[in-house]
Amino acid sequence: MLELRAITAGYVKNAPVVRNVSLTIAPGEAVGLLGPSGCGKSTLARVAALLHRPDSGTLVLDGRPVRRWRHRAPRELRTAFGVVFQQPRLSADPRLALRDLVAEPLRATGRREGLAERVAELASAVGLTPDLLGRRPHEVSDGQLQRACLARALVLRPRWLVCDEMTAMLDASTTAALVAVVEEYRAATGAGLLAVGHDRTLLDRWCDRTVHWETLPARARPAEDGQPAPERVPAG
Amino acid sequence: MTERAPVLSVRGLSVRFLMPGGRRVAAVTDAHFDVAPGECLALVGESGCGKSVLASALLGLLPGNAQTAGQALLGETDLLAADERTLARTVRGRLIGLVPQSPAAHLTPVRTIRSHLRETLTELTGVRGRAALRAAAGKAAERAAFPAGHLDHHPHELSGGLAQRAATALALVGDAPLLLADEPTTGLDRDLVDRTVDELRRHVDEGSEGAEGAEGAGASAGNAGAGRALLMITHDLAAAERIADRVAVMYAGRIVELTDAAAFFGAPGPRHPYSRGLLQALPDRAFTPIPGLPPELGDLPDGCAFAARCARATGACAVPPPLTGTVACHHPHQEPGPRAPAAQPLAPEAADRA
Repeated sequence: MLELRAITAGYVKNAPVVRNVSLTIAPGEAVGLLGPSGCGKSTLARVAALLHRPDSGTLVLDGRPVRRWRHRAPRELRTAFGVVFQQPRLSADPRLALRDLVAEPLRATGRREGLAERVAELASAVGLTPDLLGRRPHEVSDGQLQRACLARALVLRPRWLVCDEMTAMLDASTTAALVAVVEEYRAATGAGLLAVGHDRTLLDRWCDRTVHWETLPARARPAEDGQPAPERVPAG
Repeated sequence: MTERAPVLSVRGLSVRFLMPGGRRVAAVTDAHFDVAPGECLALVGESGCGKSVLASALLGLLPGNAQTAGQALLGETDLLAADERTLARTVRGRLIGLVPQSPAAHLTPVRTIRSHLRETLTELTGVRGRAALRAAAGKAAERAAFPAGHLDHHPHELSGGLAQRAATALALVGDAPLLLADEPTTGLDRDLVDRTVDELRRHVDEGSEGAEGAEGAGASAGNAGAGRALLMITHDLAAAERIADRVAVMYAGRIVELTDAAAFFGAPGPRHPYSRGLLQALPDRAFTPIPGLPPELGDLPDGCAFAARCARATGACAVPPPLTGTVACHHPHQEPGPRAPAAQPLAPEAADRA
């Protein structure tokens, strides 16, 4: 069970982008979070994945409240999450060959045993050829790099997956392929999923339930003051 | 389709990149297409298929190791043969307005939108003087539905949609007969995608209205009230379906299908197996991926580049299929109507038995 309770989070003092939002994901459940750009949905996903400390509110993971985020979070909690971001180019170390990119979480947690086999197994699951594994990010396409990023997210066998606009940069076929990989993994492991996106058709097809940002309980409007209002201007 | 003279006429456009070690990457191979005034042609395909290289070739923005062949006629100018001076002084902004992929990266972060517009107006039009430029900037913003109240904002203060409109306003200043939109909707949410492409469509339909001071080379390309042409490069099939008149599907550097948008997205559907697979991968259709990966552009097979992933492939596919009619395939899906496809080597015995 992943429970976000009354989360308030943001980047500027006194102007949080997420205000008092709650969301619960049952074990093994796939929840799609839908919302326009700039609404704060990615920030909420980062809070859920222990990547952003909220200003207030609680994150309860399997009954235990989380007290530390980012590098301060205990390893067994951090490794419970696999995260895939929107832009593979910004989330891949340009110096690493794809093989090392996928293996990095294993190395970082000292699990060198069977490393090569695990990488090979995942590479074939996400559709990367051995030739591609030897290349660095600038030598592959966005779609191929995102396949590697998904493999990296799965390499530690996380109990939770957070996919933040994972397919926004990708063509239809690669999108369908990556979603199929995620669903195969979830079918095999029973992992839960929070998929953030703006494509209702995609999330409806992919997830058990889709919630719209606007309908999340107990929230106030984001950032009325100071920041430019996102798209409140009448067209034409 | 194109009874009027096309705005852009591309004939046999190929782009090769020479890599270290004598490797050659075939980014675009033998592309043929026209874009008519008032028409939107959507060039679709997956990332890395050569779409954006084609756009860069039209703008003369390819890197130094690129070799081009063929012709791309815009009015009397061959964009591939033109020198940098011609491209800079008469083509970019004047004959081709570029709507960029990422407006946030396209705009200068330290300057306001008004300042961007003022500079562009000074460069591309005859408007001079503080007051006149100020008024012209307001007008230019209005054409792209950019709100006047945000003109003094810097790019980082704008939402994605407004930044997109600012970039579009800049692209429209030169009153170019061809708008080139390179992935204009990447990273935008669905409502914004719809709004952005609808606005692009509006600019195509409205065409050039002889905006302030469009003297100079811009007027020469036969756009007399006939509307602009739009070449939209995208991987977003929903956006293409929304506004395109015709669709060109690119795979591994080649245009494999070039057809009417209504027939492509509706009945009878695409004829090339790749196009079909791409449509079937959409979440509101079968949501099944095309098996396998696209080939490397540096290591293309001799025959049809899609054969390795294609369920209909046979021995005939060892020879690259020419673009016959609307499709480049040895085994295309059936053409509508009574005409049998010209190159259909499948099952002649069925006809014999009849």
